[in-house]
Amino acid sequence: MATHLIVVEHQSGKLNKATLSAFAAAAKVGGDMHALVLGQGVGDIAKAVAPYAKKVHVGEHAGLKDRLAQPYAKCIADVAGSLGATHVWAAASSAGKDVLPRVAARLDAAMASDICAVIDEKTFKRPMWAGNVIGTVELATAKKVITVRPTEFSAPAAGAPGEIGAVSVDPGASKMSFVKFDAVVSDRPALADARVIVAAGRGVKGPEGIKGVLEPLADALGAAIGASRAVCDAGWAPNDWQIGQTGKVVAPELYFAVGLSGAIQHVAGMKGSKCIVAINKDPEAPIFQVADYGLVGDLFKVVPELTEAIKKAKG
Amino acid sequence: MKFLVTVKRVTDFEAKVKLKADKSGVETSGVNMIVNPFDEIAVEEALRQKDKTGGGEVVVVAIGTADSTAQIRSALAMGADRGILVKHDGALDSNGVARLLQKVVEKEKPDVVFMGKQAIDDDSAQEGQLLAEVLGWGQATFANSVTLEGGKATVIREADGGLETVACELPCIITADLRLNEPRYASLPGIMKAKKKPLDELTPDALGVKLESRVVVKGFEEPAQKKAGQKVADVAALVDKLKNEAKAI
Repeated sequence: MATHLIVVEHQSGKLNKATLSAFAAAAKVGGDMHALVLGQGVGDIAKAVAPYAKKVHVGEHAGLKDRLAQPYAKCIADVAGSLGATHVWAAASSAGKDVLPRVAARLDAAMASDICAVIDEKTFKRPMWAGNVIGTVELATAKKVITVRPTEFSAPAAGAPGEIGAVSVDPGASKMSFVKFDAVVSDRPALADARVIVAAGRGVKGPEGIKGVLEPLADALGAAIGASRAVCDAGWAPNDWQIGQTGKVVAPELYFAVGLSGAIQHVAGMKGSKCIVAINKDPEAPIFQVADYGLVGDLFKVVPELTEAIKKAKG
Repeated sequence: MKFLVTVKRVTDFEAKVKLKADKSGVETSGVNMIVNPFDEIAVEEALRQKDKTGGGEVVVVAIGTADSTAQIRSALAMGADRGILVKHDGALDSNGVARLLQKVVEKEKPDVVFMGKQAIDDDSAQEGQLLAEVLGWGQATFANSVTLEGGKATVIREADGGLETVACELPCIITADLRLNEPRYASLPGIMKAKKKPLDELTPDALGVKLESRVVVKGFEEPAQKKAGQKVADVAALVDKLKNEAKAI
């Protein structure tokens, strides 16, 4: 039977909900579910994931205060080894992508990145070529390491809380050190958690376009704001807002693509959205091919109208 | 300082991706092949860091058939000093790549290995991290800016929720994100010079690596197509659809 170890991600004392997708994917294989929480003062995080695991292992150490790939990978691999874990899982977040390949190397395990489906205990599907191709891959090693695309697996139902226990960890000697983290400060929901996303393309013409036109729409909807690569490259929006093949993958209930042409690299990051609205003055823009509702028009005129109409519609 | 940069031959990001008729892989015949764009950023960064740190050498390595020579020459035309092709034909998983690169690194002893953060064909984003672990080195993935000073690399990384700064002792692995730099275009004299730059060939055997396939690709398929949407005439129609049809607001 499979023994799963799910690596729990957290930031500023809060569980990253993307981790729950890893529990969901592991549950599809079946077997014993173990969770690992690394860090310092992470008791609350352990409690938050206890309903999804048979046992939560808490590895606290001064050397794990900041998440660094080298010491984290060692601790994860050590715990996986002593548990006899057959599968090690994490969300394919920027942290998961950073750390898990090192775990695979330490465990001499084959790895599948960013999977979108579980076929059986060794076979997984994953998007390739910016999501234009879905590959089915088999991991031929006894131990397997997998990162999970969070938008493809809904959080599992909470069960009776599993046991929480300390596990001794040794980060070992590391060639890396943490300097600082500059967080993007925002009152809006995070892109990964947002029910509605308003995304800006080059058509917004500058940061003023985002501030003056898109922000009021996002305010009216309680939405997060995202952007295309061109907008981030131009410095009109923080890099953290980028949606696409090489940025974030999102799948909200409602996605507004505003002044955004819809290059395949962008579409790769948002086509899983439940309802897509495209607003673009070019009727031939590729974004209309993936949009549920398309409105051809000048965004500087249409979006303020839409903002007012939505305010009214929501009463 | 000495820099090693990895380059992968991939299908052009502007080309339409199509599966072969028998679905055994992606069609490459008649498709333009390029240097993986993130690797191009890595080459550019190595060239800039070589200048900033007072000279040295930029060595470019690719793994593949003789076709990959074209991608090595592109990097040489940008200004890299010499190339290495590890000749291999057929499937190769990320573990195999890491073990080949490990041997190349042990032979070349670079101060920094620059790599792209992911290849735009398989989108795995594993290679830099795997190589760092097999070498026991520090890593800075998704690099947004790099400073090499005082025997260490200080790197600002693009992370979820903001920018993280880490420091790595040298030697280390740095993987390039989109905004690390804008790669230069090769000049005509650069292209001419590149033809004469040294390009060595190695083989897995010569490196003492026995390859085995641990990630077996069982097949490819096209993703489910989204059904065609509809155009709406104006804002009122859009709001009506969102409210009454999609029930999204």
